[in-house]
Amino acid sequence: MANESLKAKKEEYSAKVEKSLAKNPERINLPPNRLYTPLDIADFDYEKDLGFPGEYPFTRGVQPTMFRGRFWTMRQYAGFATAEESNKRYRYLLEQGQTGLSCAFDLPTQIGYDSDDPISEGEVGKVGVAIDSLADMEILFDNIDLGKVSTSMTINAPAAILLAMYIAVAEKQGVKADQLNGTIQNDILKEYSARGTYIFPPKPSMRLITNIFAYCFEQVPLWNTISISGYHIREAGSTASQEIAFTIADGIAYVDAAIKAGLNVDDFAGRLSFFWNAHNNVLEEAAKFRASRRVWAKIMKERFGAKSPKSWMLRVHTQTAGSMLTAQQPENNVVRVALQAAAAVLGGTQSLHTNSMDEALALPSEKAVRIALRTQQIVAYESGLADVVDPLAGSYYIEGLTNQIEKECWDYINKIDEMGGATAAIEKGYIQREIQESAYRWQMEVETKKRIIVGVNQFQMEEKPVEGLLRVDASVGELQTKKLAKLRAERDNKAVEAKLAALSEAAKDESVNLMPLILDAVKAYATLGEICGVLRKIFGEYKAQVSL
Amino acid sequence: MMEKRIRVLVAKPGLDGHDRGAKVVARALRDAGFEVIYTGLRQTPELIAEAALQEDVQVVAVSLLSGAHNTLFPKIVKQLAQKGLTDILVIGGGVIPDSDIPGLKAAGIAEVFTPGATTGSIVDFIKANVK
Repeated sequence: MANESLKAKKEEYSAKVEKSLAKNPERINLPPNRLYTPLDIADFDYEKDLGFPGEYPFTRGVQPTMFRGRFWTMRQYAGFATAEESNKRYRYLLEQGQTGLSCAFDLPTQIGYDSDDPISEGEVGKVGVAIDSLADMEILFDNIDLGKVSTSMTINAPAAILLAMYIAVAEKQGVKADQLNGTIQNDILKEYSARGTYIFPPKPSMRLITNIFAYCFEQVPLWNTISISGYHIREAGSTASQEIAFTIADGIAYVDAAIKAGLNVDDFAGRLSFFWNAHNNVLEEAAKFRASRRVWAKIMKERFGAKSPKSWMLRVHTQTAGSMLTAQQPENNVVRVALQAAAAVLGGTQSLHTNSMDEALALPSEKAVRIALRTQQIVAYESGLADVVDPLAGSYYIEGLTNQIEKECWDYINKIDEMGGATAAIEKGYIQREIQESAYRWQMEVETKKRIIVGVNQFQMEEKPVEGLLRVDASVGELQTKKLAKLRAERDNKAVEAKLAALSEAAKDESVNLMPLILDAVKAYATLGEICGVLRKIFGEYKAQVSL
Repeated sequence: MMEKRIRVLVAKPGLDGHDRGAKVVARALRDAGFEVIYTGLRQTPELIAEAALQEDVQVVAVSLLSGAHNTLFPKIVKQLAQKGLTDILVIGGGVIPDSDIPGLKAAGIAEVFTPGATTGSIVDFIKANVK
């Protein structure tokens, strides 16, 4: 047998290498398998394991021609200070050739507080744009045709409210809801496990999410109703396999919840999307994307019995790893981001955000954002990585690694299933502990120099402080407070009260879809904080358990 | 006589949810032999000072990555002072531009640790400066 001969030769090679290791030692902290051969993918079955792009199990990608037709959507996450400032940045990015928008909201907006709430002090406009009411949203998209652009919004706990505002702005522009393209993140489970911007407990949060699924199926059919996110799980410190495993487990929980709410799987599954991190290890990352598509396809087809191929596809947005940017010698981050972007493209992403080199220091400056966008354009137009579909397929290493990541992913999913699913595993603190464990291991590897980060624990140099960082003026809070006072004085407060009362009543009845009532309140210029306040009263608030 | 173990409160002020750093530091301090209490997310300066008092700590280590440090860090020092806790060593960490550090130090933050700082350097600083 050919395999027997190969096995013997591989053993010979390994024995020879082992003998020479004393004299020629290898570097530390390497993967155990130094050389992949056909033996590592002995059971490989092309048709079953890979198939063709655009076909089950989508290992090679979700579209038949991938980037030969058109490149991924280049979508830079942006937003800071006021709606006016952010609107300027969006228009700048669109002029520079960006092909989609991605909105960053400040923390008060993400946690459902108005800018004039005492708890918002110091945070208004800092990590994103401050949105208090429909009036801010109108300014944010001023002179941007919502019928043409696709918009991704990183909003979770109050996702229904921001989506309602978007629909209302579009309506004022004369764009119908069924023409709208975009995504809301709307992924509450990873907020509990990794990102922290939760408001309500899991049960009412899942209701809001399934309400959105049902509403969009009828009214906003092109909208991606959720972006099930591994990005933040990875940023919190997880490994590549944990990133996709915990995220797919969250995905299973959403599908379960929607089916339980009476939805037909093929009516909503095609609008589910995912969000991966593109980390430093280029080939491991590419394999991770491939493994994740194969796992999700199997789950949707076999576990949930979805019939439509669209329901089987794991479509993914990617962002390069923010936590891998260094504050030291920040120009080096341009190179890191280029490699991470290459990994995402080799992995077959549908859209991509590339981080800016100064983001370990502050929000990105205009120049840094432009270089980040140019990095994508160079990968797209000059590198050749996008010219052939899934170019890494068939490599012993890539296929071996794809199998290995898939196996690790299934092991976690089975374990989480045994615990009663993702929500239960989060409530038990299991997922948080697994992530913390990996984060701590990583930090210790860096501190003991088992892992080298250029400029951080090796190749350091004396540096001058970086100039030209973007600073958000502290006056943004005052400005928003003034705008809110004016809004509350000028709007029809009776109408606002009536809409909020109706929402409050509806929230008590689990069988009611809250989206139309939220849309009514938004159109009456009820503020985000007022709407969330009403829901807080009925739903209560999530109390995280602290574990170290 | 055994030396009393140093007690540290690791705190997350403001609305920021990034707690990877806070948790890694908390665990490293514990591994270095300190007693560590972690507040969890979304603590106001008042709550942090109250916890420092209740837990009888010598060190408060605050972590913030949202950019609200210039507002919130000095408030924590003020709240501690109002409770008479002027001996507590307050240190900070997070995504904090160099140019903000002198102002934070003037406001009573003993040291600011920025991205790339080792947990070892934080342990050493606490040992050298705790009162």
